[in-house]
Amino acid sequence: MNAPVTNFDAVTVTVLPPVARFNLRIAPADLAVASKALDLSLPTRIGQGSQQGDRAAYCIGPDEWLLHAAEEEQQAIAAAFDKVRTETPHSLVVISDREVTIGISGPAAVDLLSVACPLDLSRIPVGGAKRTVFDYAQVTLIRDGEDAFRLEVWRSYVPHVQGLLDVATRELAAGL
Amino acid sequence: MLLIHCPYCDDTLPELEFAYAGEAHIARPADPSKLSDEEWRDFLFIRTNVKGVHAERWRHIHGCGRFFNALRDTVSDRFLTTYKAGEARPDVQTLEAAE
Repeated sequence: MNAPVTNFDAVTVTVLPPVARFNLRIAPADLAVASKALDLSLPTRIGQGSQQGDRAAYCIGPDEWLLHAAEEEQQAIAAAFDKVRTETPHSLVVISDREVTIGISGPAAVDLLSVACPLDLSRIPVGGAKRTVFDYAQVTLIRDGEDAFRLEVWRSYVPHVQGLLDVATRELAAGL
Repeated sequence: MLLIHCPYCDDTLPELEFAYAGEAHIARPADPSKLSDEEWRDFLFIRTNVKGVHAERWRHIHGCGRFFNALRDTVSDRFLTTYKAGEARPDVQTLEAAE
């Protein structure tokens, strides 16, 4: 895929390469089992995330987690969860192709996101994630640093979200 | 914009993430076929439409996805409290005394 990049000094918007994504629903009491299957301890509080190498987990609901891994590990992770299925009921859905990740970084990243994101972005901790809305599109917003974010957008909403980001970036560049 | 406290996320978030879902604490009759037409009509359509403190359901649809209940004053549009689905309706007097 040709990765479109919008760039001016204060903020860069990039479509990031694909990763393996999973949506995990499991009873919070069984979290240790899931942590073992993923080889990464899952966060317990909504909004928190944990990361190790290529793998990351973000808690987005009382019993819901978003898992990330390198693309080639997808089969292995699905198999690891499959092994514990009989003992620990859960649902692991591969959503790798459902979403596209847009990276937003630079000193004006918060300004750019606040164009269409109603959240108080200063309250998202670094390394955390929140499911929220961007204009009308549901997105998962991941914070990688003080001024580095990733937006996970459903594929069909990407043209809309990207169009908005593009216009807003140009407005910011023009000093509006 | 209204700010709503989600009892599951334990965070106060913008109204845009939430969806309204009607009056709270309306239990579906255990045996609907035993009901008269009038009782069934009341269950389906008749709501209190209070002026003042109203118990209502909300869903954190663009967040954790959970339904929860809220007490909102329909005159001032102020949220008095929110609580998890399944919990009993908090007493307004106790809430006001606590403030």
